[in-house]
Amino acid sequence: MVQKQFKVTAETGIHARPATMLVQAASKFDSEIHLEYKEKKVNLKSIMGVMSLGVGQGADITIIAEGSDEQDALNSLEETLKKEGLAE
Amino acid sequence: MSFLNGIAASSGIAIAKAYRLVEPDLSFDKKTVENAEQEVERFQAALAESKGELEVIRDNAHKDLGADKAAIFDAHLLVLSDPELISPIEDKIKTDKVNAESALKETADMFITMFEQMDNEYMKERAADIRDVTKRILSHLLGVQIANPSMIAEEVIIIAEDLTPSDTAQLNRQFVKGFTTDIGGRTSHSAIMARSMEIPAVVGTKESTKQIKNGDLVIVDGLKGLVHINPTPEAIAEYEEEHRKFEEQKAEWAKLVNEKSVTADGHHVELAANIGTPKDLKGVVENGGEGVGLYRTEFLYMGRDQLPTEDEQFESYKAVLEGMSGKPVVVRTLDIGGDKELPYLNLPKEMNPFLGFRAIRLCLEEQDMFRTQLRALLRASTYGNLKIMFPMIATLEEFRQGKAILEEEKQKLVSEGAEVADNIEIGIMVEIPSTAVMADQFAKEVDFFSVGTNDLIQYTMAADRMNERVSYLYQPYNPAILRLVKMVIDAAHKEGKWAGMCGEMAGDETAIPLLLGLGLDEFSMSATSILKARSQISRLNKKDMESLAEKALHMNTAEEVVQAVKEIAKL
Repeated sequence: MVQKQFKVTAETGIHARPATMLVQAASKFDSEIHLEYKEKKVNLKSIMGVMSLGVGQGADITIIAEGSDEQDALNSLEETLKKEGLAE
Repeated sequence: MSFLNGIAASSGIAIAKAYRLVEPDLSFDKKTVENAEQEVERFQAALAESKGELEVIRDNAHKDLGADKAAIFDAHLLVLSDPELISPIEDKIKTDKVNAESALKETADMFITMFEQMDNEYMKERAADIRDVTKRILSHLLGVQIANPSMIAEEVIIIAEDLTPSDTAQLNRQFVKGFTTDIGGRTSHSAIMARSMEIPAVVGTKESTKQIKNGDLVIVDGLKGLVHINPTPEAIAEYEEEHRKFEEQKAEWAKLVNEKSVTADGHHVELAANIGTPKDLKGVVENGGEGVGLYRTEFLYMGRDQLPTEDEQFESYKAVLEGMSGKPVVVRTLDIGGDKELPYLNLPKEMNPFLGFRAIRLCLEEQDMFRTQLRALLRASTYGNLKIMFPMIATLEEFRQGKAILEEEKQKLVSEGAEVADNIEIGIMVEIPSTAVMADQFAKEVDFFSVGTNDLIQYTMAADRMNERVSYLYQPYNPAILRLVKMVIDAAHKEGKWAGMCGEMAGDETAIPLLLGLGLDEFSMSATSILKARSQISRLNKKDMESLAEKALHMNTAEEVVQAVKEIAKL
């Protein structure tokens, strides 16, 4: 299992487009991937799960991946977050 | 063959097959199934079909409307493959041995309720996404066709109860030849859209969706306000002839495209167009508009989930100013509220939105938003002939405050080194009776007036224009309205200013003779009405219209006024 913490910098938080992009990125991997925010943990491959968290600007989030391609998955998600200016 | 009566909302004749944009019947019974495996497969097949359909819709939206509008369908696609939604449904089918329809509905409803209960407006809207996706899957399970307007690929006439801005945004202009709706009037959104798309429309037929089936041959007569269903060959031939005549007349009007708008006795007026986006400019130029009399900036703010940035706005304003090559462009600052909502502003619901916190009232309170728009406008001002107009002004203080904010932003921009035109006229819309009555005082401070008739009539007659039961009070020709308009025009002229009109009335053939007689300087209307108006004005004598208007002001009823116009202006 690998995990990493990020701080959300996007003004809109993780809504709409950002959520769509993250779920699209996560869905490419076999590993189980979760997003944790304020002690709530949701499946990062579930758009409804991610949106239901209501992650806003400044939030501390953790991404947890577990499975055969866990490190690749985490790296790819980190890249998406940074490339789109969502979090650091 | 049968026909329906409605309101002629956009002129012309269209003959094509009906395409219903109507909520389909997606009712079903909850059943137990013998073979759960087979039921899961049926569910997966419906998912796959829904997915294929949504991909086509997304790609079309991407092509026609841009990445922004297509993004919503990406989100829908993700909902379709959301493991948190799909697995519970499949589990339910297997363990409860229920049909896919009820497993889907029960599971989706749980999520819909969850999102609806969130206290964030944005989250609440996600419930609508899930509902949309559920409907699509259900339609495939039930073998029912749901309307996919963006997938239309042949000439059609749209049949709908009403058309919302998001419905019309999805319509492919190449294939949609006309439409007819159950509800609405000449000033409803659907009617305004039809005129800007230049397609015939009949609204307010009450029964279109009841009487017309998919694939019925339909004639929309946007001249008389009639809809024919499965007409006889003779009727079709007659209408084809009428269509030809209408096109001929349009060709005749088209000769006036580069002419000035001058009465028979040589009085010049300006005929301008109302627009909503830079895309509408093409129509303005093709129809010989002498300017833009109303640029409704709200569309920049609608159909998105956050405010447009200063740069985004600047690009739109610049495009319009450049597109009009130096001709006047009156930009109305944000007029939101009333029937136009912006969900992301999270404004509380009001009992009387038309009398509430809207337009300039909202802008003077939410100053950051207002200042952003003003800065974008000021920066664009060097690209053409910009005039700025504040909507819903009720008092002089409001105008002064708006103008002071504009001046502040102008000074800031200048000190930042930006170039700003120094001849920008600042005017107001006259929609509120208090402002019409005080026009003589306003005229000393504003550079121009533009009368917004739809609201002025609704506020003067105290009749909600969305309420059909009081629609008889929507009386543009009522002497009370004419007197208010006269006060505005006279007040402007006394101070050497100009007065225009940007409501529906300005393009109305019965109103034009009266307005000409009252001395209106600028008439702003749907672009497609300009050439017809120019042709009408060229046949009228200003002197005669002055005496007609003078008489009308002293008549008792709107009906008497209409009679007089018919006789004197030879309608």
